[in-house]
Amino acid sequence: MDILNALVAFLNFVFIPAAAYGAQLALGALGVTLIYGILRFSNFAHGDTMAFGAAITIFATWALQAAGVSIYPLPTALLALPIGIAGTALMVLATDRLVYRYYRQKKSDPIILVMASVGVMFIMNGLTRVLIGVDEIRFDDGARFVIDVRSFREWSGLTEGLALRTTQLITLVVAVLVVGVLFWFLNRTRSGKAMRAYSDNEDLALLSGIDPEKVVRLTWIIAAALATIAGVLYGLDKAFKPFNYFQILLPIFAAAIVGGLGSPIGAIAGGFIVAFSEVAITYPWKKVAEYLGFDTGSAMLQLMSTEYKFAVSFVILIVVLLFRPTGLFRGKAY
Amino acid sequence: MATSRQAEAASPWRAPILFAVLVALFVLEGTTRNALFSGSWNTSLAILNMGLISAIMALGVNMQWGYAGLFNSGVVGFLALGGLAPVLISVAPVQGAWSAGGLRVMSALLVGLGTVGFAAIVWHRGPKRWRVPGLLVVLIAGFFVYRWLFDPAVMAIEANQSAQYGNLGGLGLPVLLSWPVGALFAAAAAWGVGKVALGLRSDYLAIATLGIGEIIVAVLKNEEWLARGVKNITGIPRPVPYEINLQKDPAFIERAQSWGMSVNELSGIWVKLCYAGLFLVVLLVLIWLSELALKSPWGRMMRAIRDNEIAAEAMGKDVTGRHLQIFVIGCAVIGLAGAMMITHDGLMAPTQYNPLRYTFLIWVMVIVGGSGNNWGAALGAILIWFLWIKVEVWGPQLIGLLTMPLPDGTVKQHLLNSAAHMRFIAMGVILLLVLRFSPRGLVPEK
Repeated sequence: MDILNALVAFLNFVFIPAAAYGAQLALGALGVTLIYGILRFSNFAHGDTMAFGAAITIFATWALQAAGVSIYPLPTALLALPIGIAGTALMVLATDRLVYRYYRQKKSDPIILVMASVGVMFIMNGLTRVLIGVDEIRFDDGARFVIDVRSFREWSGLTEGLALRTTQLITLVVAVLVVGVLFWFLNRTRSGKAMRAYSDNEDLALLSGIDPEKVVRLTWIIAAALATIAGVLYGLDKAFKPFNYFQILLPIFAAAIVGGLGSPIGAIAGGFIVAFSEVAITYPWKKVAEYLGFDTGSAMLQLMSTEYKFAVSFVILIVVLLFRPTGLFRGKAY
Repeated sequence: MATSRQAEAASPWRAPILFAVLVALFVLEGTTRNALFSGSWNTSLAILNMGLISAIMALGVNMQWGYAGLFNSGVVGFLALGGLAPVLISVAPVQGAWSAGGLRVMSALLVGLGTVGFAAIVWHRGPKRWRVPGLLVVLIAGFFVYRWLFDPAVMAIEANQSAQYGNLGGLGLPVLLSWPVGALFAAAAAWGVGKVALGLRSDYLAIATLGIGEIIVAVLKNEEWLARGVKNITGIPRPVPYEINLQKDPAFIERAQSWGMSVNELSGIWVKLCYAGLFLVVLLVLIWLSELALKSPWGRMMRAIRDNEIAAEAMGKDVTGRHLQIFVIGCAVIGLAGAMMITHDGLMAPTQYNPLRYTFLIWVMVIVGGSGNNWGAALGAILIWFLWIKVEVWGPQLIGLLTMPLPDGTVKQHLLNSAAHMRFIAMGVILLLVLRFSPRGLVPEK
C-alpha cells in the first residue's frame, strides 16, 4: 500500500491533464453558451472560430519571433493573443453583419441560424486551411516544464514522477483570469447587465432602452475573445491542427448543455465535468490500483479505450437530455 | 415560426430545363477535351454514379429537413453504418473466426443491448425509491458482464489469421441483399438517437446526431474484429460483371471492335453503365415512393407539422411521434445509400468518412436543390457533386490564372498550393447565398 505514489500517479495522469483540458472546454463552452443566450442558436462554427483565432495568433507569434521578441519562459503566443482576438473579432463581426443579422431581423427559426452557421463553418474552415495549411503546427516556444519528472522524483524520493507542463499551468491561470474578468463584466458593468437582461427577456430589455445591436456586437466580440483564447490554449497544450477543432465541437456542446445552455456558470462546470469524465474513463487505472495494494493481474482497468473519448461526452449529453434537458444550472432548454 | 414555404408556384419548365443542363454537363465531360472537361466517358460516368448515390443521400436528408424540419448533422455516421452491411452480408466468412469467438462476441452485444433495455424497464416500471440504485446496479453489472464476454472474444478473433483477416467476415450472401440491411442498420441507430433527442429543442437533435455520427465512425475505425478497422476491407463482391472477365469474353471483344472502341475502355464504361442503371432504378423508385407519401394524408400532415407545430399539435397530431418516424425513415434511406456506396467502391475504408464531405456537403446539396422537393434534392445532389469534383480541377487553374501577374515567390506558391482548400470556401459561400437569396432552392417545393 503506497498512498503517496498512488496520489502522485493520479495527479500526474488524471487530475492535471483533465484540469487543463477542462479549462479549455470551459472557455469554449462559455462562448457557445453566450451566443446561445443572446442570439438563441447553437453555433456550429465555434470550433472553426477557435481554429481561425489560433491560426491568426500563430501568425502574430511568428512575426514576433522574427522580430526577436520573447517572453521566455512564457510562450510568445501569449503576447500575440490580443492580435489574434482582434482579428477573430473582426471576422465574426463581419459574419454577423453579412450572415446572421438578416435572419435575426427576419426572426427566422433558430434552426435556420444553425444552418447558416454551418455555412460559416465551411468558410472559416476553408480560410484556416488556406491561411495555414492542414498540418500539425507546434508554436509553443516557452519552457516545457514547471515541474519535471526527474526533479520531482529527486525532491520527493517517490518512485512515481510528477510533471506539470508550462502550458497546463498557463491554461489554468489564464482560464481563471478570463472567467474572473467575464463574470465581473457580466455582473458589475452596465453593458454586462444589459447583456444579461437581453438574454433573460428580449422584449423587456428592448422596452428599457437597451440597443439590441449593441448587445449582439458585444456578445460576438466576447465570444471571439473566448474562442481565440480557448483555441490558442488548446493548440499550445496539444498542437495546432485544424481538424481537431472540428472534433472538439462535440465535447464543447456537451459541456454547454450539461451546464444548461445560456448559463455561464453551467458552461464552466460542464467543461470540467466532461473533461474529468473523459480522462477518468479512458485512463488505465492499473498503476494507481497497484500502488493501493490491489493485485490487478493482466487487467488494465481501463473502462474504455482512448479512441472512444468522444463517446464519453456523447453519453453525458444523452444522460442530461434524458433526465434534465435544462442542464444542471437550468438553462433555456425550450 | 416559418412562413409557409408553399408560396407562388414556380415555372413548370424549371426542373426539366435544369435537368437538361445537367445532362449537357455530363455529355460535355464525356465528349469534349479542353481545360474544363476531361473528354472521357469513364470519368463522366464515374462522377454520375457517385452523383446518383449522393442523390439518394440527399433524398434521405430532404425527408428529414424538407418534410419535417429536422437537422441531422450525423449523416456521415448513418452512411458509414449502412456501409457496414455489404461487409457483413456479402464478404465470405473468415475461416475459424466464428469458432474463435463469434458466438461470444454476439452474446456480448446482446448482453449490452439487454442491459440498456433492462435499465429502461427498471427506470420506468420499478418502485420509485429503488429506481436510481436499481438503474446503477443494472448498468454496472451489465457493463462488467459485457466486458468479460467481449474482451477475450475480440482478442481471439483478431488473432485469427491477423495478417490477412483478423475479423469475423461476412455471411457470403448476394451483395444486393445488403442494401436493405444497411438501411435497417441505420434505421435502428436513428431510432435510438431520435427517441432521446426528439421532442426537445430543435438544436438538440443536431448536436446529438453530431455525436452519434462521430461515434459510429470511431467504432468502424477501431473495431478490427468487425470490419478490420483502418486496415480496410477490399474485394467486396459486385452485383455487376468485372472488367477483367469482360475483357476475356469473345462476344464482348467483338462488340468493342464493331463499335470501334478499345476493349479496356468499353469494359470500364460497360461496368459503370450497369452500376448507373442499378442506382437509377433505386433512385427513381425512392422518388416515386416519397412523392406518393408526400401526396398522401400522411404527407400533408407532415408538412402541416413542419409549417406550424403548435397548430398541428392542437389538432391532435403526435408531433414527436411523427418526427421520430420521419427521422428513422430518412436515416434508413441514408443507410441504403451508404451500402450502395461501399458496394460501388468495392472497398470499406473507414478513414474516408469525413463529416465535412459526407454530412455538410449533402446538406449543401439539399438546400441548393430545393428543400421539400424530391426532384430538387436529387438535382442539387448531382449538380453539386459534379461541381465538387470539377472544382478540384478548376480551382488550381483559376488560381493559376489569377496569380499570373504575381511575381514568383512564396506567396504565389502558397496560394497555388492551397487552391485545393478553396472548395470548402466555395461550398460555404454557395450555401449561404442560396439560404439567403433563394431559400427555396433551384427547384422549389410545389
